[in-house]
Parts: sequence; C-alpha cells; structure tokens
Amino acid sequence: MPNIVLGWLGEHVEIPSDLTAERLAADLVRVGLEEEAVHGAGVTGPLVAGEVVSLVAEPQKNGKVINWCQVDVGSHNTLDEAGSPTVPRGIVCGAHNFGVGDRVVVALPGAVLPGPFAIASRKTYGHVSDGMICSQSELGLGDDHDGIIVLERLGYSEALGHDTTPGADALALLGLGEEVLEINVTPDRGYCFSVRGVAREYAHSTGAVFTDRGLDTGSVPAPTASGFVVEVDDATPVHGRPGCDRFVTRIVRGIDASAASPAWMQRRLTQAGMRPVSLPVDVTNYVMLDLGQPLHAYDLATLAAPVVVRRAAPGERLTTLDGQDRSLDPEDLLITDSPDGARGSRILGLAGVMGGAETEVVPSTTDVLVEAAHFDAVSVARTARRHKLPSEAAKRFERGVDPRLAGVAAQRVVELLVELGGGTTDEAVSDLDAVPAPVEIRFSLSEPERLVGVPYPADRVVSVLREVGCEVLDAEPGAVRVVPPSWRPDLTGSADLVEEVARIVGYDAIPSVLPAAPAGRGLTAAQVVRRSVARALAEDGLVETLSYPFVGSDQHDALGLPADDARRHGLVLRNPMSAERGQMRTTLLVTLLDTARRNVARGHADLALFEIGLVTLPVPGTAPAPLLPGGARPSDEDLEALRAAVPHQPRRVAGVLAGQRDRAGWWGPARDADWTDALAAARLVADRTGAEIVVERDADTAPWHPGRCARLTLVDGTLVGHAGELHPKVVESLSLPARTVAFEVDLDVLLGAAPGGPRQAVPVSTFPLAKEDIALVVDAAVPAEDVFAAVRDGAGDLLEELSLFDVFTGEQLGDGMKSLAFSLRLRGRDRTLTGEDAARVRADAVAEAQRRTGATLRS
Amino acid sequence: MSTPAPEDRSSSLSPLDAAAVEGAVAAALREIAAAEDLDALKVVRTAVTGDRSPLALANRAIGALAPADKAVAGKLLGPARGRVSKALATRQTELEADRDARVLVEESVDVTLPVARRAPGARHPLETLQERVADFFVSMGWDIAEGPEVEAEWFNFDALNFGPDHPARQMQDTFFVGGAAGDEDAASVDPHLVLRTHTSPVQARTLLERDLPVYVACPGKVFRTDELDATHTPVFHQVEGLAVDKGLTMAHLLGTLDHFARAMFGPEARTRLRPSFFPFTEPSAEMDLWFPQKKGGAGWIEWGGCGMVNPNVLRAAGIDPDEYSGFAFGMGIERTLMLRHGITDMHDMVEGDVRFSQHFGMGL
Repeated sequence: MPNIVLGWLGEHVEIPSDLTAERLAADLVRVGLEEEAVHGAGVTGPLVAGEVVSLVAEPQKNGKVINWCQVDVGSHNTLDEAGSPTVPRGIVCGAHNFGVGDRVVVALPGAVLPGPFAIASRKTYGHVSDGMICSQSELGLGDDHDGIIVLERLGYSEALGHDTTPGADALALLGLGEEVLEINVTPDRGYCFSVRGVAREYAHSTGAVFTDRGLDTGSVPAPTASGFVVEVDDATPVHGRPGCDRFVTRIVRGIDASAASPAWMQRRLTQAGMRPVSLPVDVTNYVMLDLGQPLHAYDLATLAAPVVVRRAAPGERLTTLDGQDRSLDPEDLLITDSPDGARGSRILGLAGVMGGAETEVVPSTTDVLVEAAHFDAVSVARTARRHKLPSEAAKRFERGVDPRLAGVAAQRVVELLVELGGGTTDEAVSDLDAVPAPVEIRFSLSEPERLVGVPYPADRVVSVLREVGCEVLDAEPGAVRVVPPSWRPDLTGSADLVEEVARIVGYDAIPSVLPAAPAGRGLTAAQVVRRSVARALAEDGLVETLSYPFVGSDQHDALGLPADDARRHGLVLRNPMSAERGQMRTTLLVTLLDTARRNVARGHADLALFEIGLVTLPVPGTAPAPLLPGGARPSDEDLEALRAAVPHQPRRVAGVLAGQRDRAGWWGPARDADWTDALAAARLVADRTGAEIVVERDADTAPWHPGRCARLTLVDGTLVGHAGELHPKVVESLSLPARTVAFEVDLDVLLGAAPGGPRQAVPVSTFPLAKEDIALVVDAAVPAEDVFAAVRDGAGDLLEELSLFDVFTGEQLGDGMKSLAFSLRLRGRDRTLTGEDAARVRADAVAEAQRRTGATLRS
Repeated sequence: MSTPAPEDRSSSLSPLDAAAVEGAVAAALREIAAAEDLDALKVVRTAVTGDRSPLALANRAIGALAPADKAVAGKLLGPARGRVSKALATRQTELEADRDARVLVEESVDVTLPVARRAPGARHPLETLQERVADFFVSMGWDIAEGPEVEAEWFNFDALNFGPDHPARQMQDTFFVGGAAGDEDAASVDPHLVLRTHTSPVQARTLLERDLPVYVACPGKVFRTDELDATHTPVFHQVEGLAVDKGLTMAHLLGTLDHFARAMFGPEARTRLRPSFFPFTEPSAEMDLWFPQKKGGAGWIEWGGCGMVNPNVLRAAGIDPDEYSGFAFGMGIERTLMLRHGITDMHDMVEGDVRFSQHFGMGL
C-alpha cells in the first residue's frame, strides 16, 4: 500500500509546516484512507554513515557465524590516547551481505530505532558491540530482508554527490528525518495510489488548497505525424472492453542513461518503498508515484515500429524482467513491436504488468521512447494474478488509472529526462486515444438525504460533487446530470455520489437514530430447541467445544470406516489449508474425537465433550450451480438450480465421554463413563426436541463396538444417529482412554419429527397409588425394550409409570436366560383401585409379555 | 442400633390373669426403657402395642369371655395398656430430646468438604456470545436468519455485487470446493461452490425468501484461507445484520450499531463511522470502537464493516432500490469476544481445550 511522504504531499496541496504523520493519518481517515503504519518516524540519531575497516567472521557454538567488524564512523570514532576520534568502533553484526570497504549505516549508542528499540553498547558474543549496523527494515524503510544496507547498492555514493563519508548524518541522507505515512487504499480509490490523489483527499478532509498536477494546463503537445506508430489489435476483449484505449508515446534523445538520479529523487523513491535503479527508470517510477500513471521507458534504438498491443497467441512465451520464462495465456495483453517488418512479432512485455528484457533501457542507451498507456483493469488484474506479478503498475491499473492522465504524465517524464539526463525533446508525439466518453449519472438532489438521513442543502450537494471533480449539469428541477471525473471510474450510480456527499461533508454529521422494526417473531422453534439441547448437555456435565470441519481420509481410516462408506465421500476443498485435511466432515465425531485426543494429550483424561455443528453430505452427480450475473433477480428455475447445487448440511450433535463420569472423592470411588452415559446423552438430546425415538442394537456399524452400540431411529425408521462404546481398535488408533464412549445424532431429523403445536395436558389423578412388581424370565437375546413395551401395553390404562429396575442372570434361571424386574405404578383416573384391579393388571401385563416375548413369571 | 432381644411372648396371656398381665406390662416397660434411640423405640412400640403383642392379643380375647369376666378383664387390661402407652410416649419424648441435644450434634459433618461428584459442564463462549447477540436483536423485533456454510458462489459473491474479477473471489482467501472425495475429478471439478467467506450470503437468501420489510441478524460460521495465528483463524464467526424497509438511512444504521455496541461493551461504549468500501454496500463505512485497553494506549479499533445496501444487491433480489433502502453490517464474533473478555490469543478459542470453555461455565 502506498507510502505518503509529507514533503512530497506538500507539492500538491498546502500543508501546515508542522504537519505530522499522526495528524495526517487522522485527517485522511475521515475521508476513508486508513493508516497502515508510520515509517521512519521512529528513528532518532545518532545515525551515521560508516566504512567497514575490518571484518572477522567468528563461528559460534549455536551454529551461527557472526562478523566482528571495525567500522570507521569519522568524528564518532572512539578517542585515541591523544583525544582524537581515530579508533574505529567495534560492532558485532549477524548479516553477511557486506565486506571491508563498504559504506554502511551505523546506529550509535543513544539512537532509537522503530520499535522503539534503543541502541546501547552491549556485550555480545564475547565482544562489546558499540553500535549497530542497520538493515532497511530496522530503520523502518521497508521489509527488505536482504541484509544490512550497503549505501552504494542503495544508490548512495560520493560519486553521485551523496555525503557518505564516515560520520556523515545518515538520517538526512536517507530522509529518515521525514515521517512517512503508509495508508490503506480501498479498491474503489485507485487514484490514491499517487501523491496527486492523496493530496486531493487531504484537501477534501481539511479544505486546504489543492493544485491538480494531473490536469493538462497546456504543456502537453498534440500528436504529430512523426509520432511513433502504435496500433491496438485486440481481437478478444475481456467483458467486451478493449484491453488498451489510450497509448501515448514521447521520445527523448541524447540522454545519459548511466547518470544516477538526484539524491532527492532516490530518497523519495526509497521512502515510497521502491529501489532507485537508473535515471530513466527512476524518473518513470517517480512520475508514477507522483501522478498515478504507470510508465515505461524503452531503448528507442532497439524498437521496430509499429508497436502493436495485442493478445498472446497460444504457445507464446516471454522472459520477463525478473528473469522468469513464462508461458502466456491467450487472454494476456501484450506490448509487441515489429522487427524485420514482421508486425507484432516480438513481445516487449505484459501490458500494464511487466516489461521484457530485450528493449529495456541500459546504461548505453541514448534515445528513449516513453510509454504512457491506459489498460483495462480486469485484463491487467487477470494477467497479474495468472503470472503472480503484483507489480506497481499492475496494482494501479487493476484499481483503475485515470485515462486522461497519460499525456500529462509523459510530458512530466520528458521534462525530467531533459532536466536531469541532459536530453532533448523530440517533436514526435503519438497519442492513440479511444477513451470512451464518461457516462452521465442523473442524480436527484434529495437522494443523499434519502439514504444518509442528513438534510444536505442542494447547493452543498452540488458543491461537494464539483469538489471531487465531477461536472454538474442542469436537469429537471431537483435533479442534476453528473459527469464523473476521469480518475473516478468507481462513480457509476447515484449511490456512489451519495457516498461522496456523505464522506466529504463527514460521517460525523450523521445522527444516531434507532429504527423501529415491526414486531418480530422471536426465535424460531428450532432455534429455541437448539439452545435447549446445548444447555441440557452442558448442565449434564458435558463441555462444549468447537472444531474446524476439515478432515482427511486418515481420520476415516482411524474410525475403521469401510471403503464404500458414504462418510468417506466428503466434499473436497480445491485449496485446503493442508492436503491432509482436504475434505469437509461428513460426521462430527471425526473432528470431535480429535478435540478429545488433544485434551487427553494435555492431561485431561476424564472427558465429557460435545459439539453442535454442520456436516456436509454431497450427493454424487449433483449438477454444478449455474453461473449467473449479479444485479438482477435470477429466474425461479435458476434460483431452484442454485439451491439444489448446495449440498445438504444437516446440523448434528455429538459427544464423547471417557474416564471418570462421576469423580472419585472422599465419598467413595469414581464411576467411569460407559455406554449408558452416551446413550443417556443422546436420549437427552432427543427428549429436548420432543421427538419420539426408537433404540435398537446395531452390531455392524463403524466406529462402534459391535456389542455396545445403539442405533437411534425415528418411529418411521429414519436414522437419527448412534450412541455407545467406540470399537477398541478405534480407541487404540486414536490413543483415547479405554472404553471411550460417544454419540452423534442428527438434530435436524429430530426437529423434523418434533410434534408441532402446543402440547396437550394430561389430567393429574389424586386417587391412591397401587404398586406391583414383577420379574419376567426371557431368553437373554430378547431386547429389554421389547419386554418393556409388552408389559406397558399389557398393563393398559391403569398403568401410570413403568420402570425396569433390575436385570439378573444366574444359574437358577438356566442357560441363556435373563430376568427383568419391573415396577408398575398403578392409579385410577376416577376411582381408588382395588386388590382385584391390581391383580388383573399384573396378570394382563405378564400375559402380554409372554405372548410377545415368551416371558415367564419368575417364581 | 442396639435392640434388646425380644422377650419371649410365645405363651398367650390370659386376660384374667392379673399377675401375668402385670408381668407383661413390666416386660414392656423394661423393653421401652431399654430402647436406646428412636429407631429402637419404633421396633419396641410394634412389639408391645402392635396387633400381635401379648397385651393386644389379651385385649382381643376379652370378646370371648363370659359377660361377668369381661368387666374384670377390661378393668385389668385397660390401665395396663395405658401404662405401656404412657411409658412409650415418655420414652419417645426423652429420646427426641436426646436426639436434638446430642445426636444431631454428634452426627454433624464438615460442610467445607468438596461435594461436586460430577465435573460441571460448560458452553463454548463463542456460542454463548452468539446467543446473546441473537437475543439483543430479537429484543428489537429482528428475526434470526440462517444459511448454509457451503454456499453457491452466486449467493456469496455475485448477488452481493462482487463481480467475477473481484480480488476476494480469487484463490487468496476463499476456500473453493470440488467434488466428493472418491470421485475421479474431485479436486478439479468446479461446482461453483465455496465455503462462505462471510455471513452476507444470508442477506441475499433472506431478501429472496422473505417479504419486506426485513430486519434480520445472522450469526454464523465463516471461512477464509488464513493460517491460524494469534489473531487469525481460517474458521471464525460473524454476525450479519440486514434491514430493508422504506425510508431507512445511514442514521438508522448508526443508531442500530450504537445500540449494539452499548449492549456488547456497556453504556459508555463510543463508536465512529469512517468511509470505507465494500462491494455490497454504498455508501460504505467501517465502524470503530473506542477501546481504552488498546495495546499501546487508548484508541479506535475496527469492529466491523457496514453501509447502505448497494442498489445492485437489492436488484439481485428483485427489489426496487428507488422504493426501498436498507443497511447491512457485519461484525466478528471472535473479535467481539476478545475485546469483551481480554482474550489475547486466537488459539484458545479454536483448539477445543476444555479449560477455555470451563472458565466461562454457562455464562459470559
């Protein structure tokens, strides 16, 4: 994001002499430019140039190699016996990108670097390090990790007129006295990638006098017949917009391309986060930073007219300036020229993104062709992304560059090359201009009030629109026709203009008014029940946790899921965080068990966890979602297709318990969690939804213990979930405590089966209670639930409550038999029961149990 | 309990035998006196006055006597049984007094001992906070809307005015979805689905499905391809707000957010709007919150994005932007939780360590 140099800003807009970066940030945030960071401000001296006099590499025990350097820092040297500063300072440095004789930047004791980081003499690696040799990032000059600054490599040398003599003030040399504000520019404000644009915003915020240096004040020459021939040949525009609608060329002859750019320019480039390279390149970069127009300088001698802007042909390749050989896409827009009369045969660069090596300006270059063009934002954005080249030019083009700026920017480059490079302006000018006329917006002057709630006077609305550069023309009463300025491609509709009015007048003018919504419906029944479920589980001692829904096939393996199990066919992520966790979960247990494992590893072996979340159940063969445009309501068929393409994502509840369910304590031993706790929790969930469920044994489903797993279904047979003990193999492969139990149920299925409407009351009888106990002997294989149901149904209407209170097996019952003891609570609705009533109920219950399950009354 | 061995009452007692009756009374009184506590006395009471006790049996035998004997026997047994009853009552009173004075004291316990036989459960604070946020909006008459986490690109982007070339649609921070694992081309097929990058697709769904006016909030899970670190997580939560009605303005947006901020951060909470950009709102704003505890000194911190619903979003739902207007906003639940509760590291919120949830218990 762009760095704003305060002094530079002052060349476009009046700023107070005591303006600080902090103050500027506060001014800019009001109009929507957010502070990212303040650079350079944190450095206070002494920061001086130094020359490395000697360097001894010393390997350390920790494997590092440090350099023990003697650095000449001129008047800041250590005093000799005679009291003169002749003894170089000893400094320990961990970087290795420099050598004896290099001029470097030294922070002396007393200096404070950004952090803040105070520099002092300190003992390290067996030496007293008397200062620090600095890198760019340590000075807040950028994130350059190449090592420490070697001044010459950064473009600072005495030959170029810089004072790099040992002891010279490096704060001034590097421009570190000046504060630099890095701002965050939103995608709709491409013009703020320039000092020009930020200066305009500063003026909007403060009312300071702004001079738009991007406007043609008459200095831009008209195109000439001798202008360098440029042709745009775009056969396949993206979204129907030609890839290039403006292409200006200028020629400067006789420059000294080996000359360095002046120190002030190098400093500003550095402050803006760019590296000084050579005069022609620096000048184009400088004007780009200043005005926002990306520019390119070609060695004219190497060019063969005409320059053709065209899309790449299949199979074409280009080696870009970064040395990489790239395979081009037919959508890439190219700048080409025509050597040997072959039109458009040689690729010069990726338009608006990066140039190629062949026609680059080199020190021997004398004549330069300057390109200032306007490329389509989407075309550049796609090429930059495709080739992973987020260059400074691409950054600007994809956010929108002012198409009217090219001539002014090119003129500025020409002037600087003439002034600084000793060149002369060639009269040849070409300007291919196919920029479409801006589209007028019909704008109701009451629209800002309608959307913002502030009664802006009409003349204020008009003046704001003019301030931001719009042309405001008369229309019918109460409305105007607005022509947005060329640098604001984001202004396309009324709402955009409303935002301009609101932000320029100030968001702080907006009153705070609480709207009165119509009476609402409250939480839905499902939302209420979901809360009830979560609360019930937590009240029952389970701890709610959350997990990422990303899983991998190794986790399915650990659960022992068969190869054809549908749960293995999770939705695949095309760009997962890690290849091992590349699918969406199809069951909550996978990720919940992972959470359990993490807790066990952290020493919590007594666990009771639950999670409520979505799983994704893709159906093979589902048609992809249709691709539809925004801004218009899709047809009902298209909407149906959209919804149908979204996979089913039911909400599940899962829990896992291990170790002590009831703690050991002074009261006695612990009770470990077992399958009953898991099933009870699952039943609790079902109970909270109000749905009726049926429980039966499931001997054949992973990851469950074949003898200790309950399958839960609705009365109609729809699967609700499972509960019970995990298979010992699963427990082992996940390193969970032995006999870990779990459950997972589908909350949506349960909610779907919940009875709707108000629950009807059952009258409470106040007649006396009668009790009967019976013990029934059945085959051990008969499920208790079957006997229970038979007793319940056989007992009939007088049964108030039935409970199974004992299960007994023993020799006296015979092999393979078990005894189930039931307690029946009987009560009449309208009378006191007699002994005969009770005896009859008992007999009926036993008879029904016998009929259905072969049960016999235990004698 | 020390109950004396019951005296032999096997031989039946004649209701006319004064000595025997006196003996039975004496035996009963001895047993009563020997009862050491109330439980023992209860047993004795049954033995000496119950249906099968000698005196009761003798009393019952009176019925079979000659009329002249009946009166004699009655005079003999009535006072005898009365003495036993009285002794029982006296002993009952004594033992109760003893219990109150001594036994209850002796059986006192150390009430400072730990009593939690089961470790308490807990809710995850992110869930609790989402419920509290929902309650806040419900209290204003808003509904709570929901939507899928794996979402059609159209709902996540196009319907919200993110064109196909918007940077947010590129690989850098959106999870793109393929086919089902096991299918041949699962990793390359493009069903035009994503993991929703924000809760905003619920806006589009709500506007298409509900009648106007609409006032809904949508708390939920969202996904971006950020590596987990102290302040980022690829899976996090937002709450989306959307109101579309006739006559809604940014003033109503600000009023709602001010109210929300005070509900979350107390009556002293200060907010500000500053211009920003989102494809689905115009005008757009960031809402900042004044945060006295900010690292490095009190200052504004970003709380969420908001703005007036972009006319293109309304059009995508078939709503006339000249007739209706609306506002929308989105806040991070994690961020809100971190600010409210002084949480400094995202890891604690996402790793599922029970200690994090347990600290909050059932509340916030």
